[in-house]
Amino acid sequence: MPNQEVFNWLRTRFFPHIWCPGCGHGIIMHSLLRALVNLEKKKTQTVIASGIGCSSRMVGYIDACTVHTTHGRSLAFATGIKLANPELTVIDVMGDGDCTAIGGNHFIHACRRNIDITAIVMNNNIYGMTGGQVSPTTPVGSSATTSPYGAIDPSFDICKLAEGAGASYVARATIANPKQAEQFIQAGINNKGFSVVEILTHCHTQFGRKNKRRTPIDNVNFFKNNSVPLNKAKEMSPEELEGKIVVGEFVKKNIPEYTAQYLAMVERVGGLKNGK
Amino acid sequence: MPDVAFWQGNEALAYGALAAGCRFFGGYPITPSTEIAEIMAEELPKIDGRFIQMEDEIAGIAATIGGSIAGSKSLTATSGPGFSLKQENLGLAYIAEIPIVVVDVMRGGPSTGLPTKTAQQDVMQARWGTHGDHGTICYAPSSVQECYDIAIKAFNAAERYRQPVLIMSDEIIGHMREKVVPPVIKPEDLVERKRPTDIPEKFVPYRPDPKDDLPCMASFGDGYTWHITGLTHNDWGFPTNNSDEIEKMMKRLMRKIDRFRDDIVEYETVLTDDADILVLAYGSVARTSLRAVHEARTRGIKAGFFRPITLWPFPDKELEKLARKVKTIIVPELNCGQMVLEVERAVHGKAKVVAQNLVNGELFKPDDILSVIEEVA
Repeated sequence: MPNQEVFNWLRTRFFPHIWCPGCGHGIIMHSLLRALVNLEKKKTQTVIASGIGCSSRMVGYIDACTVHTTHGRSLAFATGIKLANPELTVIDVMGDGDCTAIGGNHFIHACRRNIDITAIVMNNNIYGMTGGQVSPTTPVGSSATTSPYGAIDPSFDICKLAEGAGASYVARATIANPKQAEQFIQAGINNKGFSVVEILTHCHTQFGRKNKRRTPIDNVNFFKNNSVPLNKAKEMSPEELEGKIVVGEFVKKNIPEYTAQYLAMVERVGGLKNGK
Repeated sequence: MPDVAFWQGNEALAYGALAAGCRFFGGYPITPSTEIAEIMAEELPKIDGRFIQMEDEIAGIAATIGGSIAGSKSLTATSGPGFSLKQENLGLAYIAEIPIVVVDVMRGGPSTGLPTKTAQQDVMQARWGTHGDHGTICYAPSSVQECYDIAIKAFNAAERYRQPVLIMSDEIIGHMREKVVPPVIKPEDLVERKRPTDIPEKFVPYRPDPKDDLPCMASFGDGYTWHITGLTHNDWGFPTNNSDEIEKMMKRLMRKIDRFRDDIVEYETVLTDDADILVLAYGSVARTSLRAVHEARTRGIKAGFFRPITLWPFPDKELEKLARKVKTIIVPELNCGQMVLEVERAVHGKAKVVAQNLVNGELFKPDDILSVIEEVA
């Protein structure tokens, strides 16, 4: 059960939530709220944006400045909000399809700008809300309603994608370790720059059912049994890492942040004294 | 702002937007609208405003909506291909009632079409481009001075009615240079969105004021928590499947424009008192049409001129009144016949409606229109 401080961040008026019993998304919401409580964030100064999908419905249940946008576009909305008011803490929650398929372009450019937004990518390897279609993170060979003979297209490594595109903080956890997810989200929010926290979660309803991970517990056990911490992974061969989930902090860089650069430009051209 | 300027239409739109209080621009380069973005990139940082060139047209309008959510008067500008891409998030701004201004400097289509040549092929897209029903406020400037003035009107309408407002310019208007006298703008000339006065605990974000059907809008960061969604929602801004709540939201979205229709509609008439023949035109075509009407008068033809300044809402009642007096209405357009459908709807058989269409990338010459006037006279 959440403690009272976490509970205060919930819009219980809008319950019951839409997620299936046993869904991992609630665990991630709890990790996010604990991070916000730990950081003593104010609800009125915290923006949480989302796109479309099961994961994106999270923002409706959180009592903050929340915006549930169009499919894949949430980072572009969040970018506008952050640039207009850099004082705000801006978080963006996305699913794997939302972030890396329809929103892929917005994702890589948000990484490139290194704008101070924390993107939480809730990766369950499937389009859950629409009934279990193949996504850019569905493992090769897995069954989905639009890959009934097994997925043949290779999947994205979201953390490598974010690192390559220029994000200044990149980490991965799983819902089997909610405390670690909380720590990474907290570190992401604290990072002055674009942070990507990929959290592997499950959709037992749409993915697990077809891929021998039928119950929530099957999925938690799968994550527990296959997670490898980054420092241990460094000592393992590619063959040993096959099918494993490397968890940890992949990128922690101190590089110029977009809104800070923008405000410095405003100051340089005399914009601050001319004012609003 | 200078006392007198010699500007292109795109420049006048940009400086008009700044005078209207625009402090955020999100966009993407596209011919023939790019000058607007370039001026905003230069001017906004100098007044602590925000300019951002996004990764695509979709992101351009998304960031613009974000800027407005955070409290800034926000603009984006594009042309046909970009306007198509913006339709998705334009719908979000309609349903979530976020004020923004969107400029489309029209060029020929479909698809990439004619990037450097003029057209009026996007005017029905302005009304029906995004999926779903909504009211539309859309202006069509026909001079460089009017680009400046309409930029201010568009921001005022967006803020007052809490929705996107469209400016359908065209390549001729956008790139033509004319004298502009920027009016002195006083604070009372500018409309600011209604802010909530309730204490945060009592704030119901989409509860309309019964006086005007319009809810107050808080900005993210000014002390309220609230939820914005593209889903059909109730007064709390929360998604609903309740048929009463769905109908209530949809009816109000339409009604908030319908009930202020007379305040929004703008049009211009010239020499209509005794006219037998009316030429109805908007944008750049209005310029050649007016010249043709004056020329027809010198030849003894009782021609008149009607120019919708708002394409949407369309000045249908006003046109219908004139239609009772004239025999024929000529509608020259740089498309294959779009606003002529609206003219036919408005006049309802009371006058003969003749479409005149040009889609070769050029503007009508006055003689082209004069010859049609003479034909029907």
